[in-house]
Amino acid sequence: MGFGELELLTLQQYWWIIIALLGGLFVFIMFVQGGQTLIDTLSDDETEKTMLINAIGRKWELGFTTLVLFGGALFAAFPLFYSTSFGGAYWVWLAILFCFIIQAVSYEYRTKPDNFLGQKVYESFLKINGSVGVFLLGVAISTFFSGAEFVLDSNRFVEWQNPLRGLEALANPYNYLLGFALVFLARISGALYYLSSIDHEPIRDKAVVSIRFNMPLFLLFFLSFMGWILTKDGYAVSASGVVTIESYKYLHNFLDMPFVLIMFIAGVVMVIFAVFSAVVYRKTCCIKTGGAGIVLTVMAILLNVGFNGTAYYPSTSDLQSSLTIVNSSGSHYTLTAMSYASLMVPFVLGYIALAWYSMDRVRITKEEIESPDAHNY
Amino acid sequence: MEEHLVDWSRAQFALTAIYHFLFVPLTLGLGFIVAIMETIYVRTGSEEWKKITKFWMTLFAINFAIGVATGLIMEFEFGTNWANYSWFVGDIFGAPLAVEGILAFFMESTFFAVMFFGWNKVGKRFHLVSTWLVAVGSNLSALWILVANGWMQYPVGMTFNPDTVRNEMTNFWEVLFSPVAISKFLHTIGSGYMVSALFVTGISAWYLLRNRDVLFAKRSMIVGATFGFVASLFLTLSGDESAHQVALKQPVKLAAMEGLYEGRESAGIVAVGILNGDKNLTNDLEPYHFEIEIPYALSLLGYHDANAYVPGLRDLVYGNEERGIISTAEKMRRGRIAVNALEAYKEAKKGGDILKAAEAKKLLDENMKYFGYGHIKAAEDVVPPIALTFYTFHIMVTLGGWFLLLFALLLFYVTKRDISAYPLLLRSALWSIPLGYIAAEAGWIVAEVGRQPWAIQDLMPVGIAATKIATTNVQISFWLFAILFTLLLIAEIRIMTKQIKIGPEGGH
Repeated sequence: MGFGELELLTLQQYWWIIIALLGGLFVFIMFVQGGQTLIDTLSDDETEKTMLINAIGRKWELGFTTLVLFGGALFAAFPLFYSTSFGGAYWVWLAILFCFIIQAVSYEYRTKPDNFLGQKVYESFLKINGSVGVFLLGVAISTFFSGAEFVLDSNRFVEWQNPLRGLEALANPYNYLLGFALVFLARISGALYYLSSIDHEPIRDKAVVSIRFNMPLFLLFFLSFMGWILTKDGYAVSASGVVTIESYKYLHNFLDMPFVLIMFIAGVVMVIFAVFSAVVYRKTCCIKTGGAGIVLTVMAILLNVGFNGTAYYPSTSDLQSSLTIVNSSGSHYTLTAMSYASLMVPFVLGYIALAWYSMDRVRITKEEIESPDAHNY
Repeated sequence: MEEHLVDWSRAQFALTAIYHFLFVPLTLGLGFIVAIMETIYVRTGSEEWKKITKFWMTLFAINFAIGVATGLIMEFEFGTNWANYSWFVGDIFGAPLAVEGILAFFMESTFFAVMFFGWNKVGKRFHLVSTWLVAVGSNLSALWILVANGWMQYPVGMTFNPDTVRNEMTNFWEVLFSPVAISKFLHTIGSGYMVSALFVTGISAWYLLRNRDVLFAKRSMIVGATFGFVASLFLTLSGDESAHQVALKQPVKLAAMEGLYEGRESAGIVAVGILNGDKNLTNDLEPYHFEIEIPYALSLLGYHDANAYVPGLRDLVYGNEERGIISTAEKMRRGRIAVNALEAYKEAKKGGDILKAAEAKKLLDENMKYFGYGHIKAAEDVVPPIALTFYTFHIMVTLGGWFLLLFALLLFYVTKRDISAYPLLLRSALWSIPLGYIAAEAGWIVAEVGRQPWAIQDLMPVGIAATKIATTNVQISFWLFAILFTLLLIAEIRIMTKQIKIGPEGGH
């Protein structure tokens, strides 16, 4: 049986699962961003800083690529979200993009002679990307729960109702919760990644200290965020497509979809377990467990907001303009064609794993970074 | 729609695209050049070739990151600045972008890391394969984005759905193998190879002029000139096919490229000419102040037939019954019927009147081909800026001819003579580096300015495609992008120049 014979709804669900998976992978790869904010805290001298930057510098393109694919997949699978949110919440997305442009060049240019802006500026670019960029992404995703101010006209063209074009999301304090939670989570996963990839005791000691400091902050914001969404009103959509407000919608979603709830709990437990093993037993392999935990947790949250008759991008200006996976998706034909393309994903993940494995067999050491033959950032 | 909004939206997109294409050509071509160099190294085991490979790879990396960054912006600008477009055709346009991500970008970025950091970590063969995969990955991503662009120039493989008010894909293969998409892809990657070859030969020439790193420079020159010569031939062929496709699918663009007002048979190409600025569609002034024409060339180029009729702008705008060309006014009339039928359809659907809806749908289908014309205000508006299209086209073609000659000379002198003894040739190679970029950007201006006012040919004019937003927002973001991109470009050029001065011995 091919994808073409599946119901449209099944294809829409399949694609929302892929979007959720990509979202999860992206948040996991944000260990690069988190790592960028730690380059000063975890280093005592230039060599150590260079070691840190080189450890994450070999992975930054992957985060970038995941972001591009996330955009492309949304464009193809849920074009109405693409046009409504990117066109509508103009400044939030542009601000995020600015934070990523400056990241892209900073690794390569940082220590090159005659680099115009100077090493300090490129390092601050990395820090801005790792903090502001991550925070804003959290705020943007948080509007999936808090809603946004837009109306769709009869052509389904977006009319944004707030002249701040997306920045108004910052006026809602609840949106800060996920923003900060992501910032601290990325710092934790960044430290976990350093533990596993750098063979240098002073850095490892400081990485553990940093996890100890960031973990409680992460938990504070993350649990507040979860408390908020599980108790707040949500946006339910009926079989005929009518959107209504439902109390405890997101809590109901977890209870109605036990599989998603189990995923969520498993993910959170894995993250906590990874942090515990790293801090208490000084294990260095925890980025894998922690990373898998992050992917599961994020996926579960996105499945919660997309499935079970939920409007995942609600409009507070006009309830019926809210986006659901049904009314915002591509056509049956396009989703089918894309589904065939998605069969390549395991193959892609396979060669990424192979390349990572080949590269990371050898951990970064002081000697390597100081060797004259090295291509360093 | 606010006044000037669409111009600012276009300016922002043009800015991003122009900057993006300052970096992309080098990624497309230098990737292969470096892979060829590394292959020679792996085959011969010569350390000199390893040094050559590593030097050019360093320059590749400096250029790569900023190309990736500007590319990300382009992708998202379809959403931020062209939201209506993104909905209207996202069902078709989004797919190639997503496939690009899955099939190409990961290949590029994963093996990029191996290529740079893997020298002492993975085996020689694995490393070589990685270098080749970076080149293949970047060219594959070009394929998908150019398929998307080709589709905008010549939309195929879709049907309009009035219920969702958008175009929906009905044939993926038609989109992928559209002749416009394929010729666009081939011509664009060809331009990337050309720019890269000019970059390699020009920098090698600089070393030779200074009489330093001579062996390195000569070997690089051989690879660069060979690659460039082959690329030039390839560009000539793909350029010919591109022009042929423009003639068939976008005759207004072709007429603007040549400043051709009156259609004629056995039309020639103006090899060199200066346009008369006072000429317009309605007056009878001479179109050129001065021109040198190659007879029959335009008919030949456009239709592969020396005697073929090439319609002029006047024929295309005002119609030419004898030639069976309908006027723009007529297309506008039919377009308005389509636009009104869509409104009637929506209204009927809302009221549950199935009969009326079916009637409106029939009328819509009959006139859908001209849907975009329903939003055009004056017939003359379908003509793109003629001077810009004309001059950029001629600059591109002239430079293309010069590059072919240059590579032939370089190849001859570097293999048969001591090229160091010919400083004029070397200086020409050096000064041709910027010319390569000018030619590549000029090509894009022909393609994109030449299809104005259409975001999607005949279906959606740019004015309808743009996101509805207060113009000030776009003005601010335009300048922010302009400042940021310019700063990064300056940084890139300075770093690059410094690395070239340091040379193959000191680089890492």
